[in-house]
Amino acid sequence: MQSQATYNYKVVRQFAIMTVVWGIVGMLVGVIAAAQLVWPELNVHEFLHFGRLRPLHTNAVIFAFGGCALFATSYYVVQRTCHTRLFAPALASFTFWGWQLVIVLAAITLPLGYTQGKEYAELEWPIDLLIAVVWVSYAIVFFGTIAKRKVSHIYVANWFYGGFILAVALLHIVNSAAIPVSLTGMKSYSAYAGVQDAMVQWWYGHNAVGFFLTAGFLGMMYYFVPKQAERPVYSYRLSVVHFWALIFTYMWAGPHHLHYTALPDWTQSVGMVFSLILLAPSWGGMINGVLTLSGAWHKLRTDPILKFLITSLSFYGMSTFEGPMMSVKTVNALSHYTDWTIGHVHSGALGWVAMVSIGSIYFLLPRMYGKTEMYSVKLINAHFWIATIGVVLYIASMWIAGVMQGLMWRATNPDGTLTYSFVESVKASYPFWTIRLAGGVLFLTGMFIMFYNMVKTIAGEKAYNAPVLAPAAAH
Amino acid sequence: MADFISGFWNMYVMVIVALSLLFCVFVLVSNMTKRESGPVELHGHVWDETLAEYNNPLPRWWMYLFWITIAFAVVYLSIYPGFGKTNQERGEHAQYEAEMKAANDKYGPIFAKYRSMDLNALAADPEAKAMGQRMFLTYCAQCHGSAAQGAKGFPNLTDEEWQWGGDPATIETTITGGRIAMMPPFGPSLGGEGVKDVANYVRSLSGLAHDSLRAQRGAELFQQNCVACHGADAKGGPAMGAPNLTNKIWLYGSSEATIIETITNGRNNRMPQFGEFLGEDKVHLLAAYVVGLSKK
Repeated sequence: MQSQATYNYKVVRQFAIMTVVWGIVGMLVGVIAAAQLVWPELNVHEFLHFGRLRPLHTNAVIFAFGGCALFATSYYVVQRTCHTRLFAPALASFTFWGWQLVIVLAAITLPLGYTQGKEYAELEWPIDLLIAVVWVSYAIVFFGTIAKRKVSHIYVANWFYGGFILAVALLHIVNSAAIPVSLTGMKSYSAYAGVQDAMVQWWYGHNAVGFFLTAGFLGMMYYFVPKQAERPVYSYRLSVVHFWALIFTYMWAGPHHLHYTALPDWTQSVGMVFSLILLAPSWGGMINGVLTLSGAWHKLRTDPILKFLITSLSFYGMSTFEGPMMSVKTVNALSHYTDWTIGHVHSGALGWVAMVSIGSIYFLLPRMYGKTEMYSVKLINAHFWIATIGVVLYIASMWIAGVMQGLMWRATNPDGTLTYSFVESVKASYPFWTIRLAGGVLFLTGMFIMFYNMVKTIAGEKAYNAPVLAPAAAH
Repeated sequence: MADFISGFWNMYVMVIVALSLLFCVFVLVSNMTKRESGPVELHGHVWDETLAEYNNPLPRWWMYLFWITIAFAVVYLSIYPGFGKTNQERGEHAQYEAEMKAANDKYGPIFAKYRSMDLNALAADPEAKAMGQRMFLTYCAQCHGSAAQGAKGFPNLTDEEWQWGGDPATIETTITGGRIAMMPPFGPSLGGEGVKDVANYVRSLSGLAHDSLRAQRGAELFQQNCVACHGADAKGGPAMGAPNLTNKIWLYGSSEATIIETITNGRNNRMPQFGEFLGEDKVHLLAAYVVGLSKK
């Protein structure tokens, strides 16, 4: 009997471990930035100034933590649901080392002050080129694996991963188009000017949310929720509708970041109505995940991984309700530029993205070493509760601070002058920034628990590659 | 309309917006099925040993939600700008004009009634002072500070020095039209040693510690280069906005290093104009508040 082929778990393992490591780094930088708002004297050096650390935080949690989680899970899911080994293993290995290099370069250049000044696309042009090369390699590995699948139908998780990979390539290349002026000075100018530059930036910015932080993680959800719940997905039909509606409609939503600016009226209005239409497609994903649990609700009591996954879907539902509401111009007039936006982003980033990733990594890690459970299920449970309390403190304090700031900024005296100067709204925000810091510290603490649990799970174990399974009998 | 450089783009926007909405309708309608009685069946494929899918119909409440948002889009775009160049009259510019007009109609008279009053009298009026302070905190505090005591490069308004003149009418002129102050750089013409000499002379004028030999040489250079603006007595003058160098008030600082920096590179500074933005009535009240701050 010939030796059986195995799945390529090596690259999955590497990305899974780095997910936890970068999660700690990114969230630690976030905690420092939050502390700098409470104690401004912590801005000790230009390299460690809030203005430099804040983009480092966002890049680290989105692209390092979130990115590694997406790479790890997509490589795992696409192999297992296609019943075949990963296509082009050398290229897959390159995506790991290339992506780590991007992250390290970001961690060096952002504190040094090299930036394109585009939110979530700060990295300068040489790094942008590296990202593009890594991303195209990722697409080749992923779609190559899909192409050599041993089953006729492509599993729903792969639609979402595939949509995410294609869209992010498009977004990154279009938004990062720039004219380089210096290599050593790491300097370039955007290919677009004025309000068009702003529109391209937020077309990118909101679709980074829609594809990087939503479609990709929905792919994760569609594999790990039914696997962990051991139940079939609720509705194939619903997955078809919400997939097409979601990926199509997100492309329109960017202008809601530019309400009441120089952006033409028609663009703002169209951005707003399509943002509202996004509500139903977004909730389609939540419903499909949560209802998958029908008949298995009791598992929520005992299984902390499932708690992570289902809680993440609740936060996903909540923030995808909040998002369309905030895109309504009247609401946006109050919420824009306040901490409400920060709260909204974190209910998505911590509540949805981080929690679904954490749950999936807890599922995946032991399997990378031939086991089915982490070292300590109790510690997963502790992590879950600490993280949940952290998220709630974070978003509740930011809601209150945001609404308060919005109301203070618009309050007027009987003579029409402003009731509060800006600095008064800053002063009033301090208590809430302190609570936010506490929430962030709790969430970070959870990540340290995860790290400990991971080390104990891996220690002394041999890396394991599961044999490639034959597809189920003809259906 | 201004948003479109040609009729083509108007048509283009109308077509893609309509097609996009129709696509949402199509995706929804093409997947609507009747709810059948009996148990829901699996879709029929299995992946990775256990992964399967039920084929439940779309939840009805969810479908209604989708329809409602699409209907909202159609209604909204028929009222507000968005479907090509329609409804521009209800766009943000028109909205801004209307809100500003309403605000001016409502609040204008409150400010107008102070317009004819003398600035010194207004400065003593508690109500006018309160209104002036509220405006100061909104428009002026960013540079001059909440207590109007300024910062490096931003004049203190509570002392006796007025670079451009401190009488009430001049203060009002300053707020209305703004000021642009420019001291040219003397580094190239004086050279490092020359600049240092002048700096020592300047420090001697207000009794600060200095090298008297350098100050002596600096005095000569001062007469040749600086008196045109700062005057032979170095007391400056409002005509050029040149500061008085003989007192203890320093806009950029009095250390030897700072004065050397000032002489070498010159200084550029500006206060923005508020006349057009706030209107005469508000500037008048603001000027009265600033007059009240001054010690002079």
